[in-house]
Amino acid sequence: MSESVPGTPPEVFAPVEVPVSPAQPPEEVEFVQLLTPEGERVEHPDYSFDLDDEAIKGFYRDMVLVRRIDAEATALQRQGELGLWASLLGQEAAQIGSGRALNAKDMVFPTYREHGVAWCQGVNPLNLLGLFRGVDQGAWDPKDNNFHLYTIVIGAQTLHATGYAMGQQRDGVLGGGVDGDAGEATIAYFGDGASSQGDVNEAFIYASVFNAPVVFFCQNNQWAISEPIDRQTRIPLYQRAAGFGFPGVRVDGNDVLATYAVSQQALKRAREGSGPTLIEAYTYRMGAHTTSDDPTKYRLNEDLEHWKLKDPIERVHAYLSRHAGVDHDFFDEIDAEGDKIAAELRAGCLALPDPQLTDFFQHVYVEETPQLAEQRAQYAAYAASFDGEG
Amino acid sequence: MTKITLGKGINAGLRAAMEADPKVVVMGEDIGKLGGVFRVTEGLQKDFGEDRVIDTPLAESGIIGTAVGLALRGYRPVCEIQFDGFVFPAYDQIINQVAKMHYRSMGKIKMPVVIRIPYGGGIGAVEHHSESPEALFAHVNGLKVVTCGDPVDAYWMIQQAIASDDPVVFFEPKRRYHEKAELDESVPPALPLHQAKVVREGADATLLCYGPMVKTCVQAAEAAVEDGRNLEVVDLRTISPFDLPTIFASVKKTGRAVVVHEATLSFGPGSEIAARVSEECFYHLEAPVLRVTGFDTPYPPSRMEEEYLPDLDRVLDGVDRVMGY
Repeated sequence: MSESVPGTPPEVFAPVEVPVSPAQPPEEVEFVQLLTPEGERVEHPDYSFDLDDEAIKGFYRDMVLVRRIDAEATALQRQGELGLWASLLGQEAAQIGSGRALNAKDMVFPTYREHGVAWCQGVNPLNLLGLFRGVDQGAWDPKDNNFHLYTIVIGAQTLHATGYAMGQQRDGVLGGGVDGDAGEATIAYFGDGASSQGDVNEAFIYASVFNAPVVFFCQNNQWAISEPIDRQTRIPLYQRAAGFGFPGVRVDGNDVLATYAVSQQALKRAREGSGPTLIEAYTYRMGAHTTSDDPTKYRLNEDLEHWKLKDPIERVHAYLSRHAGVDHDFFDEIDAEGDKIAAELRAGCLALPDPQLTDFFQHVYVEETPQLAEQRAQYAAYAASFDGEG
Repeated sequence: MTKITLGKGINAGLRAAMEADPKVVVMGEDIGKLGGVFRVTEGLQKDFGEDRVIDTPLAESGIIGTAVGLALRGYRPVCEIQFDGFVFPAYDQIINQVAKMHYRSMGKIKMPVVIRIPYGGGIGAVEHHSESPEALFAHVNGLKVVTCGDPVDAYWMIQQAIASDDPVVFFEPKRRYHEKAELDESVPPALPLHQAKVVREGADATLLCYGPMVKTCVQAAEAAVEDGRNLEVVDLRTISPFDLPTIFASVKKTGRAVVVHEATLSFGPGSEIAARVSEECFYHLEAPVLRVTGFDTPYPPSRMEEEYLPDLDRVLDGVDRVMGY
């Protein structure tokens, strides 16, 4: 059956062998890794990390600070100051590695958990809280930092990213410079759960047939709320790319050197006009799906303990201490910086003004319709009728 | 002055918009070489190229979702949905993304996306090809919903929709694609996009209609003359937001109103009109607002569609009833 003779279909049509379970133990997963959980640099035939230790120190700082911001936001939710928070705990390397691989003109389409990428793009962390506090639905201008608003409908943003990349293509901004790297690319973030969505699969098709400069960055954190990865797929997610006609690669999502190297290569490929890439960053959601979730009902504590050994920050700490001559002062300063940022974030959150309903009527359309103007006026008059009471 | 059909009016309007603004791109299934299944985009790809007249994969959510991205990049996408019943795979993108983007970004993001949908029955089609889902879009805040009733409006309204910084769902009355009229492109459009049009003045009752029912209602009004009735016909043109001042002025004048649409009766556009008219014209009304519409069933097999669709006689029956009060 596997022997190829003229006139028979190519082997792509051969019966599919069911591969290893996607829920395989992490030590058996093959992926691109450049820094082991123990903090040792390793070589990979196709990818290398070509920045110096200063850059690694920068990544370390990024990861510690976004973890601290994330912890503060979780605390704010627990104290009733946020209605909800979606923690990125455990996914810092996936987000910082890919986020730091972006060029100034690249465009980002996040889910609602990309706080680390937002950090890399220079979005004020306080702006991220508005949505979760309920004072707005995304307070930043996407054009300011090339970072689109958070998208909550699962997978919808992958199509937006693909369309945006088609726009970059039409604007003629691909190629140029050394190796075509002067071009622009778009990156779409999504998760393992989203990989089942029709929109994500349509995005793969559109990106593929139009050869759009988009990188699909899937953080496979093993869990879609309570559903494990084997409820989404029977093959490793990165292998799906082959069926759509573009490269797919799996990277150790807890290795910031590897996520940087893999993202950089995929983005470069997109910028020079060679089309999309799917990156599966193999990681783990160390926290709950959101603060409303209770993972103790559906997953084992020993899984969590297992993944703690692969922590994205600890391995960089180990590397910097052992191999880069970095001393305690460096780490202590970053911890102190994190505490300062967290305190500012907390103060900023508590000071966010409550929104006024009447301010929102005017944003439904570019120009308020007569119907909306009437409703706004009626409500304002009704609300004003209570003035001077109790 | 040229004689054009409604379909050619949209084609010419698209062409004019593409010539005026290089950021206008047209996208959809079979719209390139074929020119669309109704030939509305005929010749555009040849003249504007494959980058601006995009034959998309056969996936409607993909059409609208990528149009969102193109709009974010500064383009003005005009999306064709091949038939009314095929828009629903894109419904999530339309409702949750296209319609809400301006609001949720507090006006920082504009969504100048036009979604063209050939709609309505009367062409003997198989199921999913004859539907009138306009109320499903008119209910969505953030969308504007318009429909043209004649070739001249078709030419101008598609250009006005493309020029709009709000997203516009543009319903095209597919059974009227071949209706003809004289068009003088040098005469600017008589009305802004969201203003209704009194197409026939009358005194006894008002027929409120749009899209494919405009012609039906004008014919009914002409037939009613034999019965000694002088009916006013208002082409609403925009379903969301309704041009209420024009509706109210007409109903206050005649005291009677019949809303006519192919869409299902319950929760249809006529329901909203009846509510608004009763609020605003209560002391002018001689009769309740009546509705002549499709029935509350799925669209029927086509051999029954002539009974299902409002026609001249059913409109006149509605007029008889509203005059009976």
